[in-house]
Amino acid sequence: MSKIAPDRRRLLGQLGAAASLLTLGGCDAFDGVLGVGDPVHNFLRKANVLTREAQRAIQGPAPMAREYPASAIREGQRPNGSTDPQTDDYLAIQKDDFAGYRLQVTGLVDKPLSLSLNELRAMPSRTQITRHDCVEGWSCIAQWTGVQLSRVLDRAGIKPAARYVVFRCYDSMDDTLSDQTLYYESIDLISARHPQTILAYGLNGQALPIANGAPLRVRIEQQLGYKMAKYIRAIEIVDSFAKIAGGNGGYWEDRGYDWYAGS
Amino acid sequence: MTHWVWAVTLFFMVTSGLQIFNAHPILYLGQQSGFGDKQYLGPQAGHGNKQFNNTILDIHAERHEGGIVGVTSILGHDFDTTGLLGMSGSKDQPIYQAFPEWATIPSYFDLATGRVIHFFFAWILVPTWCVWLCASVINGHLWHDIVPKLSDLRLLPGDIISHLRLEFPRKRSYNVLQKLSYAAILILVIPGMILTGLTMSPGVDSAWPWLLDVFGGRQTARLLHFCGMLVIVLFFVVHIVMVIAAGPINEMRSMITGWYRGDDPEAAGGGA
Repeated sequence: MSKIAPDRRRLLGQLGAAASLLTLGGCDAFDGVLGVGDPVHNFLRKANVLTREAQRAIQGPAPMAREYPASAIREGQRPNGSTDPQTDDYLAIQKDDFAGYRLQVTGLVDKPLSLSLNELRAMPSRTQITRHDCVEGWSCIAQWTGVQLSRVLDRAGIKPAARYVVFRCYDSMDDTLSDQTLYYESIDLISARHPQTILAYGLNGQALPIANGAPLRVRIEQQLGYKMAKYIRAIEIVDSFAKIAGGNGGYWEDRGYDWYAGS
Repeated sequence: MTHWVWAVTLFFMVTSGLQIFNAHPILYLGQQSGFGDKQYLGPQAGHGNKQFNNTILDIHAERHEGGIVGVTSILGHDFDTTGLLGMSGSKDQPIYQAFPEWATIPSYFDLATGRVIHFFFAWILVPTWCVWLCASVINGHLWHDIVPKLSDLRLLPGDIISHLRLEFPRKRSYNVLQKLSYAAILILVIPGMILTGLTMSPGVDSAWPWLLDVFGGRQTARLLHFCGMLVIVLFFVVHIVMVIAAGPINEMRSMITGWYRGDDPEAAGGGA
C-alpha cells in the first residue's frame, strides 16, 4: 500500500467549513441559563463551599497574609465601589469630622457596645502592610492601622449561638427615589477572629480618607476587596444571615458573587 | 474518555476566564498594579504615582478625532484593534469590552457569573489532570506516547518538513511535534495554569506564600495565567487544523472509540 498524500485542495475546503461552523455557535448560547439567579448559576455556585473548605484545610489555624516592607508602598490605595457616600446619616457624621461617630456592636452579644473613634484608637492597635486584591483583578499594597476585630468581639462578649459577623454600612450603592440599598457584608468567626482582621481607621500613616472608607473599614486579608466593608456603622453578631437583605450574606453576594471570597 | 472532559472544561475555562479578564483588562508585572497616571483621584483619595507604571498589556476604548476606537496597548505600543479588542459589535450598537461578546460566557459583562463558572470548572480540571497523570504514569501512556525520546528528536527535522508540506502521514503513534506539544500542554501549561490561578487567590497565598515567590507576585501570576491561556487557544487551533488535515472521520472515531485506521500495513485495521 502506498502512502496517500492528502488532497490539499480538499484540506483547505474542510478548513473553511470548520471555520464557518465555529462562527455559527457563539457563546451567547449559554446566556439564558447562566445568569444570576438561574438554577444553573446557583448549582455551579455550590463549588464555593468546596473552595472554602479546601482553603481552610490547607491554611491551618492562623494563615498569615504576606506583610510587605514599607518600600512596597508605591502609590495611594486605589478606592473602589463607593468613594463619596451621600446618605443623610453619613453626611451628618462627616460634618464634624466623625467626632460624633459611634460604632454600634449589637446582636448575639453579652454587652452591646457603642464605641467612639477615640475609644477604638485607645484600644491596642495593629499596623500591617498588606496587598489589597480586588475581585476585578488588580492589587495595591498599603499600610493599614486599626484595632483587631477579635478585641472588639471579646469586649462585647459573643454568645455561643453566634456564627457570623455582619457589617452594616453607611453607603448606599443603588440610590433610587423610593429606596436605598445600604452596603453590608458578613464573615464567619474564623475570619473575624484572624489576627490580621482589623477595623482600620488609618491608611498609610494618616487618618482613613473618605474614599477608602472613613471613619472605619474592615481588613480581611485572606479574602477579596468586596468583603472589606467600608463606612461601617454597626457590627451585628448573628447566627444566620438568611433574613438579611437578599439572604446571601452581602451586597455583592446578593448579586451573584461568592460569599467566601478567598479566591 | 478524558479527552472530552478536557475539551468541555477548557472551553468553559477559557471563555469564563476572558469574562473575568474583561473586568480589568490590564496586565501588570510584579506584586501589585502600578496605575501610573490612571490612578483614580477621588475626594481625599491617596495620591497616585505617575512614575509607578508596570503595565504590560492594556485593552481599552479611546476617543479619537474620527470617533471611538478599540486600542490594544502592549508595553506602551498602541495597536488599533477596533472590531475585535477594546471595542466590538456593530456601528449602531458598539460594545465596549476588552474581549468581544462571542468570546466570553456570558456574552454580556457579568463578572460574578464568569467567576462562578471558572471556579466550578477548575474543580473539574484539577481532578481530571490528576487522574490523567496517575493513569498515564501507571499504564505507561506518559512515557511511551507523550514524553519525547532522543530517537524522536532525531526525527524532528523530517517531521517539521513534512508538516510544512502539509503532508501528514497517518500513523497510530503520535509523531514528534505531536509529542512535544502534548507534553508541553499536559506537563507544563496545565499545571502552570492551576498554580498561577491559585496564586491569584488571597486565601491560597496565605496558606502557601511561596507561590508569590515562585511566580514573582500576584500580578505576574495573572500575566502568566493569561499567556498560558493564549498557548492553550493556539494549541486548540492547531489541534483542530491537524485533525481536519488528517481526516476528520478517522480521527473522530479514534477519539471516541480509540480505533484508528492507519496507512502502515501492519497497523491497518488494528484495533486499540
